[in-house]
Amino acid sequence: MTVLVDSETRVVVQGITGREGSFHTKAMLSYGTKILAGVTPGKGGSTIEGVPVYDNVIEAVRRHPELNTSVIFVPSRFTADAVYEAIDAGLDLIVVITEGIPVHETMKFVRYAKINGVTIIGPNCPGVISPGESKVGIMPGHVFSKGHVGIVSRSGTLTYEIAYAMTKAGIGQSTSIGIGGDPVPGTSFIDALEMFREDDGTDAVVLIGEIGGDMEERAARYIVEQGYEKPVVAYVAGRTAPPGKRMGHAGAIISMGVGDAASKIKVLREVGVEVAELPSQIPSLLVRVLKK
Amino acid sequence: MKLYEYEAKNIFSQFGISVPRFKVVSTPEEARSAAEEIGGRVVVKAQVLVAGRGKAGGVKLADSPQEAYSYAKQMLGSEIKGEKVRKAMVSKAVDIERELYLSIIIDRSIGAPVILASPEGGVDIEELARTKPEKILKIVVDPLIGVRDYHSRQAARFLELSEQAFRKAQEITINLYRVFENYSCELAEINPLAITPEGSLEAVDAKIILDDNALYKYPEFSSEFTRDLGYYEAEAKKMNFSYVELDGNIGILCNGAGLTMATMDSVYVLGGRPANFLDIGGGARADLVERAVTLLLQHPKTEVIFINILGGITRCDEVANGIVGALKKTGVSKEIVVRLKGTNEEEGRRILEENKIHVLEEMDEAARKAVELGGRR
Repeated sequence: MTVLVDSETRVVVQGITGREGSFHTKAMLSYGTKILAGVTPGKGGSTIEGVPVYDNVIEAVRRHPELNTSVIFVPSRFTADAVYEAIDAGLDLIVVITEGIPVHETMKFVRYAKINGVTIIGPNCPGVISPGESKVGIMPGHVFSKGHVGIVSRSGTLTYEIAYAMTKAGIGQSTSIGIGGDPVPGTSFIDALEMFREDDGTDAVVLIGEIGGDMEERAARYIVEQGYEKPVVAYVAGRTAPPGKRMGHAGAIISMGVGDAASKIKVLREVGVEVAELPSQIPSLLVRVLKK
Repeated sequence: MKLYEYEAKNIFSQFGISVPRFKVVSTPEEARSAAEEIGGRVVVKAQVLVAGRGKAGGVKLADSPQEAYSYAKQMLGSEIKGEKVRKAMVSKAVDIERELYLSIIIDRSIGAPVILASPEGGVDIEELARTKPEKILKIVVDPLIGVRDYHSRQAARFLELSEQAFRKAQEITINLYRVFENYSCELAEINPLAITPEGSLEAVDAKIILDDNALYKYPEFSSEFTRDLGYYEAEAKKMNFSYVELDGNIGILCNGAGLTMATMDSVYVLGGRPANFLDIGGGARADLVERAVTLLLQHPKTEVIFINILGGITRCDEVANGIVGALKKTGVSKEIVVRLKGTNEEEGRRILEENKIHVLEEMDEAARKAVELGGRR
């Protein structure tokens, strides 16, 4: 089994006619993702890569009632609107790829999604992939392989690096969730750990954190308080990052004395999570914890 | 982006939060006439963005316009913790009976705004959180609903005020939230919020941090977006790259923030010293890669350049052409270690090897090579 996306996932691409949207629609289709519809206001009636385009999500859902997932590529100024539209159209999962959304807007749509029981992945994220089943996002599919380890990560390319190392070592993934690099994500490490806990296709979890905020610390507390049954290994990026500087991601900043890598690593180790010094060590840590 | 104190105070005034009368000056003469106009004792405050200016001599109480002149003369053009003082504020000195603390921040753990209030202001709030956490009240606000009267009553009650001041504190809480919302703030802070002997409340200091992602809404500030950045950060920003200065000698250039951090960490773990963080993001074309590499070639402290690319939407051949272009155009030669993996990898490798740049396949071996060339700590 997998979490969030699988062969039953039916996708609408919001912002499908844009440069990013059309490029990744093609890549997702060739991976095997079932994309039934695209949406761009004003472009209804056209097609992109054989996918019909509608003016709004509600119309797309009316024409394709099997739709359950949206992936959003629209520019940051219009993203909040696209998210509300997808929530109101009744979709279950919304993957927000867009970077640069004002955090005041994100706080609001994340809250609105929670109230409506909708899962948001992102913003500012690579998306979700269940290798061999479905890819809803922008990650290069070939670095992933089908297997039984879940990945949850705040980063994009670093996830590809680690997935690539795992795949090379013969360790496949059930699902890889990129929760994104923004300060307020729709899905947290704890949310993802919960999903993997319930999934009998996942035997262990790789958690890829970075500086900023306290999501890694909260995950550590959750693991120890809940007596998390599956082994978790981790990598935390940014141990050489200076305080007060934003390291690329809006959320990757040590501020007001909170969020440095050393204290995250310490807290994770205290609850028994093995933390790698180098990304390349993740596969051997996994082999070790899975043997136990 | 952090605003200067005078900018934050201008916003506060517009939103009905009382601040001591002030003038912004850029010469000692202006400081003297500002002090004359305001009358009485004034405070001369250096307008800088670094924290801790008070202890560094950036805040002085002046009894006369002549004194204001001398303090301004000392401050203007000087440096406070490495930041040049271009402007100063001459502000009316208020009598303070007691100092309070009030702020609104985004709490990342909750994903919501939080009002923080304390009857013991004037000190560093992080320090207070460590020593007397019971003296800080934290009120979570639902972002969809915003601030309500009951929040402001709760905050005002915690501040231990007289009835007259209580109402004002309530008003200030509501108004501060309006500032926070209207300007998409990460932080809007009044510390200290002073109670005067007459029972009024004045924002003696003001701090606002705007969300960089929302700056497009505030063109009045965004034109100065690069103002607190150094040369390399500002240059990188023009290309839409992220750049952070570190103190080593191995320049780091990668695609993606997480990979860039992991690359600089790997260099450090293997014994080397990263010189900077340069993230060119996804899908950069050759011309932009060329400019990014040029930046590191020109950077005086960078002796070795370590380029680590895991190409998904970034194409390795574009990266290779960018590297070669930068070397040819600048004529600068530095040790370069390149790791290329992913889309169009073979083509990228061929371009680089034709130009006698050795390409490695794995991140660890490339990091080791960079450390070997750059020297160990």
